[in-house]
Amino acid sequence: MGAITLNHYIFLATALFSVGVAGVLIRRNILIILMSIELMLNAVNILLAATSAFKGDSDGQVFVFFIMLVAAAEIAAGLAILTMIYRNSRSIDINHYRNLKG
Amino acid sequence: MISFAFYALTALLFAAALLVILSRSPISSVLWMVVAFFAITGHYVLLNAQFLVAVNLIVYAGAIMVLFIYVIMLLNLNKSSQHKASVMARLAGIVSGGLLLTVLVAALRRSSEAAVGDLAQVGQTSMVGLVKPLGLALFRDFLVPFELSSVLFLAALVGAVALGKKGGVD
Repeated sequence: MGAITLNHYIFLATALFSVGVAGVLIRRNILIILMSIELMLNAVNILLAATSAFKGDSDGQVFVFFIMLVAAAEIAAGLAILTMIYRNSRSIDINHYRNLKG
Repeated sequence: MISFAFYALTALLFAAALLVILSRSPISSVLWMVVAFFAITGHYVLLNAQFLVAVNLIVYAGAIMVLFIYVIMLLNLNKSSQHKASVMARLAGIVSGGLLLTVLVAALRRSSEAAVGDLAQVGQTSMVGLVKPLGLALFRDFLVPFELSSVLFLAALVGAVALGKKGGVD
């Protein structure tokens, strides 16, 4: 096994992001879709942290911190919306949310 | 040794991520997500990003996943969903994800410029992930975004409470 370079992290983050995209596309459950979005955000986090460590610049890890803040806010609001919609339609299946079309 | 740890953590991360999006019941998805977060934290350990190790464990594996588990428990959502996507839709999703992976890998394949350094050295010598340099960067260069993010947090908190309250927003 050779040395681990930044390229390894680029491909790791790419593959993890693709897993997240596939999760959003193939699942109909809102909880799983929110978790797939978390997977995508974490792929970006890994790439930012690795770039920051390899290049010796701490700005990337500060941005990881901000992404975590935004993810926490997003999940809090998203789960609140989920519970509200569940109270109205008794379902967390996005196929039942067609009435959002207006 | 370092590269063995890297590949082991990567394998664990992908196994957990695939089980998150493929497993039947939501609660096992959440638990595999926790495993994935631990693998990601292991990657941060390898990069010597000590601040991110702590924050990732506390915020992601701690707070966010507990929020997911609470919602599943409160709404009793753990029955696996009856309405699965059609076979064509799932096939199209997997093909789209695979195509995205292919295109990205093809585009990034020649990025030999990025092949600087070695994790075995970076993990030993990198000091940017310690608390002190990050704190200096956060409170000197990024002070305004940091304060603005606290306003964002407050807005998300108020919004979540207003939405979750019985009787609606009005």
